[in-house]
Order: sequence, then C-alpha cells, then structure tokens
Amino acid sequence: MKKGIATAALTAAIAGGVTGALADDTAAALEQYRQMIQDSNPAELNEMAGEELWVTPRGPKNATLEQCDLGLGPGVVEGAYAQMPRYFEDTGRVQDLESRLMTCMETLQGIPSEEIINGKFRQGERGKVADLVAYVVGQSRGAKIQVDLDHPKVKEMFELGKQAFWYRSGPMDFACATCHATDGERIRMQDLPNLTKHEGAAAAWGSWPAYRVSNSQFWTMQHRLNDCYRQQRTAEPIYGSDITIALSVYMAGMANGGTMNAPAAKR
Amino acid sequence: MKKMLMIAPLALCAGVAFADADGDKLQKMIQSSFKANGQATMDRMVQDEVQKACSNPDTLTEARARELEAAEMKTIKWPSDGNYWEGGDWKEGYKIAFSGRGLTWTDKPGSANGGGCYNCHGLDPAEMSYGTIGPNLQGYAKIRGRSEEIVKYTWGKIYNAKAYNACSDMPRNGYGGILTEEQIRHVMAYLFDPESPVNK
Repeated sequence: MKKGIATAALTAAIAGGVTGALADDTAAALEQYRQMIQDSNPAELNEMAGEELWVTPRGPKNATLEQCDLGLGPGVVEGAYAQMPRYFEDTGRVQDLESRLMTCMETLQGIPSEEIINGKFRQGERGKVADLVAYVVGQSRGAKIQVDLDHPKVKEMFELGKQAFWYRSGPMDFACATCHATDGERIRMQDLPNLTKHEGAAAAWGSWPAYRVSNSQFWTMQHRLNDCYRQQRTAEPIYGSDITIALSVYMAGMANGGTMNAPAAKR
Repeated sequence: MKKMLMIAPLALCAGVAFADADGDKLQKMIQSSFKANGQATMDRMVQDEVQKACSNPDTLTEARARELEAAEMKTIKWPSDGNYWEGGDWKEGYKIAFSGRGLTWTDKPGSANGGGCYNCHGLDPAEMSYGTIGPNLQGYAKIRGRSEEIVKYTWGKIYNAKAYNACSDMPRNGYGGILTEEQIRHVMAYLFDPESPVNK
C-alpha cells in the first residue's frame, strides 16, 4: 500500500510539474489510501478481543462485565456508545465510555480504577479497556449520534468543554481551537477537522476510536486527547478526568445527528 | 459603531460576571484534570494576559488587542550587532523549520527545540509536506525583498508573533523560550539567504 502512494506521488510529480497540481494529486492519493484501509481494518482484532473480555470472569471478584450498565440498562451494548457521554445516576457523574468501563470494572470485577488511571496506554488493564472500547463502539456502527444535551449536567459539561476547547496555555499558546476551528486546514499533509461545526465534529467523533496505520496502533478517544494535549505542550491530562469528558461531550454534542462509523482506520 | 460603544459597558459588566463564575468552574476542572509530567509542569496551565484574552476572542476589543500588542512588542530582543540573517546558516535553519520536536512531556528536557515551521507554513517550494494554518511562505525573500523593514519585521514576527497580532496562532518563539537567538538567525537565513531553497 505504501508503495502505491509512492508510485502515485511519483506519477504525479512527472505528470504535474506544477506545485499546486502535485499537492492536489498527493492529497488525492492519500484520500484513496484512506479509503483502502477502511476495508481491512485491524481494529476488528481489538473488537474481538474486547467481546471476549466482556464475557470473561476476571478481577478479584471473578465476574464478567455482562451486567455493566452503559446507559441503556445492564448488559445492553448495542447502540449504547452512540448516546455517550451521558449522565449516570449511580456515580453522579457525566461519563465517557472509558470512565464508565472503569466504573463497571471496579464495581463488578473489583479491578481498582486507580490501576487504570495511573497505568499506561495499550498496557495492562488500560490496554484491556481499549479492547473493550473497540467492542462496545463497534456495537454502535451505523447508529445515530444522540447525546442528551437537554440534561442539565450534560449541558454544563458541553459548555465547559467548549471553554476548554478555546483555552490557550503553555509555552506555545496553543488551544484545541488553534488547529480545529477553521475549515480546510492541515498540519503537514494531515487534514484537520473543524470541530466547531457539525460537519467536522460528526466526521471526527463518528470515526474515533480508530486504528492508526501510521503507527499500527488502536487508539481510544482518551488516547487521542492525551496526544493532542502532549502536542499542545500542556501538562498531562489525567486518564478519564473531567476535562477529557467535557471535551468529548462538546465534540459528541456538535456531532449530534451524525452517524457512528467507528472504530475506523486512519492514516 | 457608536451605538455599539454605548451599549458595550453594560454588556461587558454582565459578560464579566457570567464569565467569572464559569471561569472558576473551568479553572477547578483544569486543576483536577491535569498532572505534571516531566518538563510539562502544572504552571503551564496558568494563562498570561495574551492567552487569557485570546481564549475568548469574540469579547476582545480592538483597543485591548492594540494594548496587548504594544506590550508584547516591548519583549522582542533585537540582535545587538544588527546581524539578522547574514551570520545564520540556512541549512541549520531548514533543520529547525522541519523539526516539530521539543517541550512535550516525552521530549528530553534541555535538548534543542524545533521551530515546527513546516507544520503550518510552506517554505521550500519543493517540500510537499507542509501545513496551511499559517500563510504560505514559499519564495519568501524572492518575493518580499530584503529591505531593513521586512527583515526587522520577520525577526520580530518569529520572536513574538503576538506583537503584530495579539491572537495569532503562531507561538512566541523567542519570548516563549522555544528558539534561541542563534536558532532564530538560522531560520532567518533560511528565509532570506539567496542560496536557500526557499528562494530558489
């Protein structure tokens, strides 16, 4: 596949000669590549691993996650992610999928959330959360994104997420908005979604979590946000912290009405 | 315009009161949601005046923007010997423009930072992988020339972009301690040297 890109770029270089034409052809080749990788998405392996984890007795309580309530009732997985984040009465918090899975793992299986919060991406129990995420999200494929912004707690998180989105800080003065508040921009060759508009938010929220071909890794939304902040040069967001959930509510809320197509494959 | 000015004080008061209550919640959330990791310490979450004003650009008045720009202008350190780019090496400048490394919690503290110029700007017309958040700078000096005015402006813009546009997306490379004076001179050479591929 990589060879395909190189060939396409080379062909374009020979045929084009003009800078603009070359840039356009490179972009077209990249878009073709993105389409190709959707067809054989390795995230399916994570989905399968997650499905097995869901029904496997684990943790100090040797229990499965089959009674986990993702908002549609205990054990209902289908369509649940398309309505997350949401407010949960039992925790008194607005939760995204990953923080909710931590709650279920702690209450049902006895796996301490601290272990996951202080862990590392793609390792140990946090790695298992990622597989579970792949499974749960896959069960919302094709569903309409429907986050309940009428709920006052969710609405409050939406507003805080919006403020966080515009919050500039750190040695480079960056905010999420620096890269994600204008149409049609890119970093290097990477297209940037405008998350302040429905169209961009729906495309982004609807395709994450995702398998990233560039580093052969499945990334959850918590992982994606962590790396956004790393590149913003801020301090590190804590796994499952309120700011990450608020930003997810903002993105999901802006994406409302769009279609959930995740886990997707990305360059 | 006059009508807007008359209404403004009232709207401003209401806006500030509202923003403060909201801002407190956001600050609380930030304090509980982030942790220091290596050189990426918690003090990075505290905003200076520019960052604060530009986190809510809709409420920033023209007058306040000019005031901020004037203050930022005073932070610019001009080269003491007048050596803006002649002493720089465009090849070093290219490396700095190409590298987006530095200052993250995964970067080694103390190692040289990149300028990350290509993340947002086109520079060498032969380099296809460039971002579009900033203006395209291909053929920089070939198009703009090398007058004292443009050379000085470019140094200042790289050193502290907020001196010219309070809410610019561009980092304050010199003032923010991202690039050293020597590194800025190399980047300047990359933009101005007739031998630099930027001007070919």
